[in-house]
Parts: sequence; structure tokens; C-alpha cells
Amino acid sequence: MDSVVMRAGGWFALFLMTMILVVAAEDRGFAVHMAIAGAAALVMIWATLTRTDYSMLARGILRTPADKSRYYDDVVRWGVIATVGWSIVGFLAGLYIALQLAFPALNLNSEFTTFGRLRPLHTSAVIFAFGGNILIASSFYVVQRTCRARLAFPALARFVFWGYQFFIVLAATGYVLGITESREYAEPEWYVDIWLTIVWVAYFIVFVGTLIRRREPHIYVANWFYLSFIITIAMLHIINNLAIPVSIFGSKSYSAFAGVQDALTQWWYGHNAVAFFLTVPFLAMMYYFVPKQANRPVYSYRLSIIHFWSLIFLYIWAGPHHLHYTALPDWAQTLGMVFSVVLWMPSWGGMINGLMTLNGAWDKIRTDPIIRMMVMALAFYGMATFEGPMLSIKAVNSLSHYTEWTVGHVHSGALGWNGMISFAAIYFLVPRLWGQNRLYSLRMVNWHFWLATIGIVLYAAALWVAGIMQGLMWREYGEDGYLVYAFSEVVSAMFPMYVIRAIGGAMYLAGAVIMVYNVCMTIAGRQRAEKPMSDADYDPAKDRPIVAQPAE
Amino acid sequence: MSFLTRHHKKLERNVTLLAVFSLIAVVIGGVVEIAPLFWIDSTVEDVEGVRPYTPLELAGRNVYIREGCYNCHSQMIRPFRDEVERYGHYSLAAESIYDHPFQWGSKRTGPDLARVGERYSDEWHVQHLKDPRSVVPESIMPPYGFLAERDVRTDDISEHLVALRRVGVPYTDEQIELAEADMRLQGDTDGYGPDLAARYPKVQVRDFDGDPQRLTEMDALVAYLQMLGTLVDFETAEPMERSE
Repeated sequence: MDSVVMRAGGWFALFLMTMILVVAAEDRGFAVHMAIAGAAALVMIWATLTRTDYSMLARGILRTPADKSRYYDDVVRWGVIATVGWSIVGFLAGLYIALQLAFPALNLNSEFTTFGRLRPLHTSAVIFAFGGNILIASSFYVVQRTCRARLAFPALARFVFWGYQFFIVLAATGYVLGITESREYAEPEWYVDIWLTIVWVAYFIVFVGTLIRRREPHIYVANWFYLSFIITIAMLHIINNLAIPVSIFGSKSYSAFAGVQDALTQWWYGHNAVAFFLTVPFLAMMYYFVPKQANRPVYSYRLSIIHFWSLIFLYIWAGPHHLHYTALPDWAQTLGMVFSVVLWMPSWGGMINGLMTLNGAWDKIRTDPIIRMMVMALAFYGMATFEGPMLSIKAVNSLSHYTEWTVGHVHSGALGWNGMISFAAIYFLVPRLWGQNRLYSLRMVNWHFWLATIGIVLYAAALWVAGIMQGLMWREYGEDGYLVYAFSEVVSAMFPMYVIRAIGGAMYLAGAVIMVYNVCMTIAGRQRAEKPMSDADYDPAKDRPIVAQPAE
Repeated sequence: MSFLTRHHKKLERNVTLLAVFSLIAVVIGGVVEIAPLFWIDSTVEDVEGVRPYTPLELAGRNVYIREGCYNCHSQMIRPFRDEVERYGHYSLAAESIYDHPFQWGSKRTGPDLARVGERYSDEWHVQHLKDPRSVVPESIMPPYGFLAERDVRTDDISEHLVALRRVGVPYTDEQIELAEADMRLQGDTDGYGPDLAARYPKVQVRDFDGDPQRLTEMDALVAYLQMLGTLVDFETAEPMERSE
């Protein structure tokens, strides 16, 4: 009883503090954020005082099987559900802003719904909410299995999950309210950054704590990637967000760096958000889920060593390729370009190690739509990591920079690689986490696969055309020696490409909606009666070699 | 290759070693690339005319950041013939030394704005921000009419200058003390320019949004847009480059 009173009192003190901050707030955005924090504290008071075992309740609602295994998977289950939920939010926001570019009336004449405020909402929702949740959930799942140890500090792991969701809510509401540092993919303001740092340190402790408890002498390769991800993201996040707040009661802060130094710090962060958030930990997922689903060992242990160390060493240098031909010193640009090109090799090392794991199981591409998703993810990883080094060559970049080509490149990586490997991991995890022997429907996975694939192809092709057209039109000179096109003419030339891209995005979203339904039904314990995916009916009459018939 | 796998066993059996080595691997690149920018003098070559933002321009810049203009507009002209003819002299590092944070951007859904200052009239900017398609039919920019309805905050502007001084912008005590008054002065039709110009050379003093009764966020944003790229005089700078 005493501990209940103490805990509730603590939450109440926190609630009072947030209310003081609401009153003292310098600006509306800060007040709203503190009110959200206060509401969260009230929920915690209520949860503490009713003294219900919410873990038990959640297990009932989510139809969680009794935890027979030694592993602590509650957080993983929540993480999978959060991933699936945030995916719809992120994709929907993306589709909406894509349509805004084709039909600007969709900005709705309101400050809260302009492209400028919704674009960071989209990028953060897909990278940090969708991507981040599957990374945290899968890392907790994988580290337990590969260490044969129960998760260290389960309470801290629950804090990591809820603290991370709280970070997402603050970031997302902040963008709509106009709270931003204007640093791409690091837009949240100083107090949200501090909160994320706390959550991240807790994540590090849980992950490393579990590694220390391992019963296996070796640390499995997937965990090298997860560990590097957690450490490097901490370094990038802290240094890139160094800032001085105007007031501790206000949301606004000013970056510690200015101009050229600020630009390189930001793109050192920005490119390595791609590297250490969207590549390294997703390779960790690849190293666990592909061998498990294919039921084959990882292709090459030596290749995994070489490509891990070369990948993390080289990636960090690539940032300056975002600043080619700018006021950044030439030596830094060239250094960034050279390392970006060299990076092609370790990137493909990872792809080869993943694809070759299917040696001896290639037939599964035909029979298992989850394997097919994994293979498509690796194929897109390979394509994106070829296109990236190419775009980082200064001559190519002089055309592609500032155009839609870059956006198309990012999306073939994000939709193709990050999205597909995440969907495959979700389809792998859901039946196992909820104790079902299979998914509700494999045919729906197949539909998801094709909708997503065709959607990506439409998206990427449209933006290749758009980007190259844009770059060429901007630099087009007539015989009279003058520029041929006004900027506005180039904008209107984009319209059909923007429409095709939005259609591609809508197909990708449709696939994700099918996934949500499939996941919900699987959790509910249902299994769809459907014909098996692949088998052609056996016809003994046809089971013989084809003999060449002489022409008549 | 057995050498590799034999030695790697030590790393993959020890969490601490693995963590330390992976940290070292990612620190090297950042240190070699970023750290020198802070002490190599030639990174930012001095250019005459660059000064810290006036309080009104700063408030406008904060509106620019708040609305996410950087998502679609760059402020970094590359040294190519077409860009220089379209937008003006290529951007110099010195022109953004007081930019906390930088606004170089990464995408040109709309045109570059590094030298948009004094290219269009105030009336054009206000009309364009309120209803972009009324002046540029092909435009896909969102409308920002609400900026003209909202008074810009003046009471906390000196705190902003203090924060910027903490990160290295050389605002003087006088500039900080007079920040609020300077802000009102710059947007006032009857404002007395010379005082302000002594503190902020080349400052443009007038009512920017067509509503002299109020100092709105529209005033601030247009004041910011109208000063972009106007501080450095390239007419006189270029002959000096050649004579060297």
C-alpha cells in the first residue's frame, strides 16, 4: 500500500510540475507539450491507484498466450503492434503530402496542414515511429534468442517502449504546431531531444545487459549490428542537437554551430541516420530473420566480419556528398565522394551475404511470400546502395542535387529495403509471438507483396523521370544563349510525375492496410480457409520429359 | 583468413571490446572530416558586409524555420553558369556565418532564395504569400495568409539575441538592450532609419506588409526575405578578386 501511495504521489508531483510549466510557458507549443506530459502523468496516477495488473489486462486484450517460454516478449508484442499502427500513420501522411504537390489546394489554407509542417511529420513517422519501433521490438526479440537469455531489466524495457512512444507523440504534435529545429530528420526541439537521450540510454542498458547475461559464448552477428546502431545513434543525436534554448520555459533553441560547420554536422548526422538507423540495424534484422525463415545458415561468417567493420567505418565519412558544390570546402566534398563510392562494396557485401543465404532454398521464393519479400528487400537494398554511390559522384550530383531524383532514391531504399524487410519480420513474428501455427492468410501476404512492389516501381520510375527532367530543364540553354525555362515552367512539368508517384504511394499504403487486417486476424486466432499458395495440381500424365516432335 | 576469424573471436566474445571498437570505427571519420572545419581559416573567407540579423529579420527567419520553408527552398547557389544566371552570384561560406541553424536546404521544389532580397516588391511578396497562385499560376506553394493576421512577438526578442550571443553571434549590449525598440522601428513607415543603420548596416526600414497599424509575422517574414543576399556587394568584390 505504501509503495502505491509513494508512486502515485511521485506521478502527482510530476503532474503538478507539468502544470506549472504550462502556466509559465513562453509559447503555445511548449504549453501544449507540457499539457501532453501532464495528461500522461494523470494516466499513470490512475493506473497506479486502480492497482490493476495492466500487464495481465493487456495480455487478455491482446490474446497473449501464457508466457511459457523463458523469454520476456510483452514489449516485443507491443512494439509489433505499434509498428503496424504507425506504419499507416506514416504512409498516410506521405500520400497526403505527395497529393499536396500535385493538388496544392490540399494545403487547406490552414497553418497546421501545410506541406512545410507535414513533411517532417511524414519523415519522422516512417523513420522513427515505424522504423524505430520495429528496430526496438526486433532487437529485443533477437537478442534474447541469440543469447539464450531472458531480457535484462524488463521494467526498463517497458520504459523504453513507452518513453519512445511519448517521444514520437511530442515530435509529431510539435511539427504540426510549428516546433522545429529545421534539421532534417532531427527536427524535434531541445527538450524532446533530451527526453530521447534518456530513453536511448535506457535502451542501451537493456540491450547490453541482455548481451552480458548471454549463455552463448559468441555474440551473434545480428547483435553486432544492433549494438553499433545504438551506440552510433547516441553519438550522432547528441552532437547534432547541441543547442542553446532561448528560455527553459520555451520551445525555441539556437543551434550551437552556424553556417558551414552547422551544415556539415547536420549532414554528417543526416546521412548517418540513413546509415545507422535505416541500414545497420535493418541488416541486423536481415541476419536473423532471413536465415530463420529460409531455414539455412548465414552464407559466410568471414564476409559478415569484413562487411560489418568496413560498413560502419566507411559510412560515417559519406555525409559531405549532401553538400557537393556548396560553400563546404572542396577537400571535404571530395573526401565524402570517395568514401561514398568505396561504400558500395561493403553494402553489396551485406546484400550478397543475405541473398546467398538462400543457397539451397531458392525454390522458397516461389512458394513462400515472406521469403519473396526478403529477397525483394535485399534486391532494393542492392539497387539503392548502387544508386547512392552513383549520385554521390560530383558530376552526377550536379544534375541530381535539389531534384526529385534524390527523393526517388531515398524511397527506393525506404519503401523497398526498410519497408519490405520490416513487413517480412512482422509476418515472421506475429504467429510466433501469439502462439499461432501460421498467419491468418498467406495469400494476403502475396497481395501485400505485389501491391508494394508495383507501388515502389511506379514511385521510383516517376521520380527518376521527374528528377532528371528537372535537372535538365533548369540548365537548358537556347541557341540565343539564354536559359530556356522559367522555374515555374519546370514546376508545372512535374504534375504528371507527381500524380503517378501518388498512385504508387497509394498502392503501397493499400498493401499495408491488408497487412493490418492480416495481423489483427492472426492475433485474434483466426485462420483463413484458402487454397495453398503455390502448388500446381499434380498431373501424372504430364510428369514426363518433353520429347521434341518432328514438324509435320 | 583464419587469422581474421581467430582474432575476431576475441571481439565477439566480449561486449566491452565490441562496443569500444565499434565506437572507435565510427568516431574516426567524423573527427577527420568535421573537426578541421573549426580551425582551418580558409574554410570561411572573410567577406565585407555580412552582419548579424536585425531583430525583425531574425523574427522573420524564425517564421521561415517554423513553417518549414527549407523543405522546398534552398539558400545555396552552386557555382554553375545556369544557377548564377538564374539566382545570382554563387553563395559564399561567409554569408551564413551567423546562421544558427543554417538554411542551405536540400531540395528545390520551389526556387533558391539565397538572393531573393530586393528582387520583388513587398506587395508582390505579401500577395504571393497570401495566395501564391494569384501571382504565379503554376505555383504549388501552400498559402500563408495567416501570417498577416498575427502580431509578431516583440517582448522576448532580446532573449533571442542573448541566446544567439551565447552561441557566438557578436550582438553588442546596445543591440540587445534596444532589440525590442529596433524591431518596432524597422517595421514603422515613419521610422528613423539612420539610427538603426548604424547598428545594422544596409537595414531596410519600412512597413512591409501593407498594414502600418500592426507589426505582423508577415512584416517579419518579408523583411527577412527582402534582405536575403543583399549584404555583400559583389559589384565591388569581383574586381578585387581579379586584381589579385
